Amino acid sequence: MTAQPAQLTPQEVEQPNTTAGVKRGKTDRGNQLLFLRNAKVISGLIVLGFFTVIAIIGPAIAPYDPDALGDDIVAPPSAQHWFGTASLGQDIFSQVLVGTRSVMFVGFVAGILATIIAVVVGVTAGYLGGAADEGLSLLSNVFLVLPALPLIIIIAGPLDGAPNIVVAVVIAVTAWAWGARVLRAQTLSHRRRDYVEAARANGESTPRIVLAEILPNLSAIIASSFVGTVTFAILTQVTLAFIGVTGLDQWSWGTVLFNAQSNQALLRGAWWWFVPAGLCIAAVGVALALVNFGIDEFVNPRLRSTGKYARALKKRGVRARVGFTPVDRRDDAAPLTPSTQKEAS
Amino acid sequence: MTAVTSASGLAASQVADPILEIRELTVEYGFGENPVRVLDHVNLTLGRGELLGLAGESGCGKSTLAYGATRLLPPPGVIRSGEVLFHGRDREAYDILELKDRELRAARWQDFAIVFQGAMNSLNPVHRLGDQIMDAVRAHRPKTSKAEARDRAAYLLDMVGINTDRMKAYPHQLSGGMRQRAMIATALALEPELLIMDEPTTALDVVMQRQILEEIADLRARLGFSVIFITHDVSLLVEVADRIAIMYAGEIVEQAGAQDAYRRPRHPYTKGLLSSFPPLRGARRELGGIPGSPPDLAALPAGCPFAERCPHAFDRCRIEDPTLGPTAFAATEPTRLVACHLHDLAPSEVPAELSLR
Repeated sequence: MTAQPAQLTPQEVEQPNTTAGVKRGKTDRGNQLLFLRNAKVISGLIVLGFFTVIAIIGPAIAPYDPDALGDDIVAPPSAQHWFGTASLGQDIFSQVLVGTRSVMFVGFVAGILATIIAVVVGVTAGYLGGAADEGLSLLSNVFLVLPALPLIIIIAGPLDGAPNIVVAVVIAVTAWAWGARVLRAQTLSHRRRDYVEAARANGESTPRIVLAEILPNLSAIIASSFVGTVTFAILTQVTLAFIGVTGLDQWSWGTVLFNAQSNQALLRGAWWWFVPAGLCIAAVGVALALVNFGIDEFVNPRLRSTGKYARALKKRGVRARVGFTPVDRRDDAAPLTPSTQKEAS
Repeated sequence: MTAVTSASGLAASQVADPILEIRELTVEYGFGENPVRVLDHVNLTLGRGELLGLAGESGCGKSTLAYGATRLLPPPGVIRSGEVLFHGRDREAYDILELKDRELRAARWQDFAIVFQGAMNSLNPVHRLGDQIMDAVRAHRPKTSKAEARDRAAYLLDMVGINTDRMKAYPHQLSGGMRQRAMIATALALEPELLIMDEPTTALDVVMQRQILEEIADLRARLGFSVIFITHDVSLLVEVADRIAIMYAGEIVEQAGAQDAYRRPRHPYTKGLLSSFPPLRGARRELGGIPGSPPDLAALPAGCPFAERCPHAFDRCRIEDPTLGPTAFAATEPTRLVACHLHDLAPSEVPAELSLR
């Protein structure tokens, strides 16, 4: 072999570079919403979107009035009654459709309210420190040990058929404390970091430091705390309906289960009475968990590329870890494809 | 490929008793269709007991080279090719890139230790200084008794000039320079054969810098380890290093003995770096600097990456990337390497400032 240098003509070198420049701009923009392209997140969001649509249009598309009595009593699923009928001939499919609204409404309203309270209390306590921190921490510690369910029963019970918004507010009030504690701890750790000190030295106002500098760093925790609270709120709403606190005229998946339980559906072998509502609860829970998984991977800008190609890397046996740089001797002819492109094709 | 192989052969032949041989190391950042190639088939050989300086502007791949060779690059860094041979004393050479996780963990600190940029912040603020050094010793040598580890920690601190009663001190009770020295002591705790120092003195004042450099030189003389010293302060390297490798845009553009590189630079970039700071002795001269800034590694121009800023660039520089090879004066300086087309010309055609003898 001679020592002749491998010569590259300008065209050969420039071509990949120009395309690289163009593509780079594209992927930079794409990275902002990258978590939306993760397979887990997509499936979770699709399921959540489906139930949200049902929550909105459910009462309108329900084939029967969920309370209307019918002739077929405890009939198994059929063409007329997709999920069968209940003890007085009510259509269970309509009950589930109509009941979706309460569940989703309470879940998301409670989740949003609780997350807002958690962020306000937690970040304020963590950033201000001192007496404010003491007071707010005490407050969240008190709420942390409040037994949520009994409290909700006590508050909602006398209201007799408490409306959804009241249930949502009560759940939010009992569910924010855990998130606030986690956010306070994380804010404490960020408060003394150099970038915050620099912002302070630059004369940024306290609200701006908190909102523009610190809050983006907490987005993963806020998002997963929101998802967790929604899950908790949905389960609590179903539980309240199941034990009859929310009133029987207000349909919810829990109400369906309450009826199934009080009419001994299991003993009668009427599986269609409780299985659909149970599956709906499970599906929403799984969807929320899937969204939660996806969030962590993409909030850290440094890990985005890793997350984006996670599947292709795994296939190749490359594990990207801190402290053990992967050695990947693949040939250049086969570039990695992002996980999401594979999903699309 | 052939050219690169011959260059590596040349680099290897330069050093009679190598401790670390980096061959054809290619490192990329990013996993996707457009990864940025930060190091492209880099070759570097470190001799036993040698202090090699790596210099260059920020973003030229100095730290990437050191961390890539020790597999410390965080994601999305990927090593795409090459081998890093470590020749331990009385042992078979092994390729760091082929090590299993467990072996790699065991080799770290034991065979090669690293002092990070801003290492003084690597100390855990809630543990006492002595305990941290003892931990390091006992983590790698579990058989060491507590008393032995304590003696060792005291010895190490004493070695870097820290009073042993500081064993009980917490990191915040020490000054920056002391912490940095403590980190150097910790890095030397297991008598590694190779110490990689990434800008160990950048955050320190000049007095402390001086002390630490003397400390390192003294320790090296006593313990005989090899050092890769990364800095962008070339004047510092000239003082401490045996050999200097100048990096530019992910490539090594010049390798030479420290004094040779300082007095007789062969690459225009080296010349530019050297004229960017005032000489301490000798005639006053105009501070030159280098116009422009390093190229975007994601969109490297064709040809020599330095061509755009080079006062001597000619047509060939814009078409063909030079490889590391002998200088135009190879007959009299066989160990020097330079990546510059000027040195393919006859010695008389090389610009005067790059052909000082």
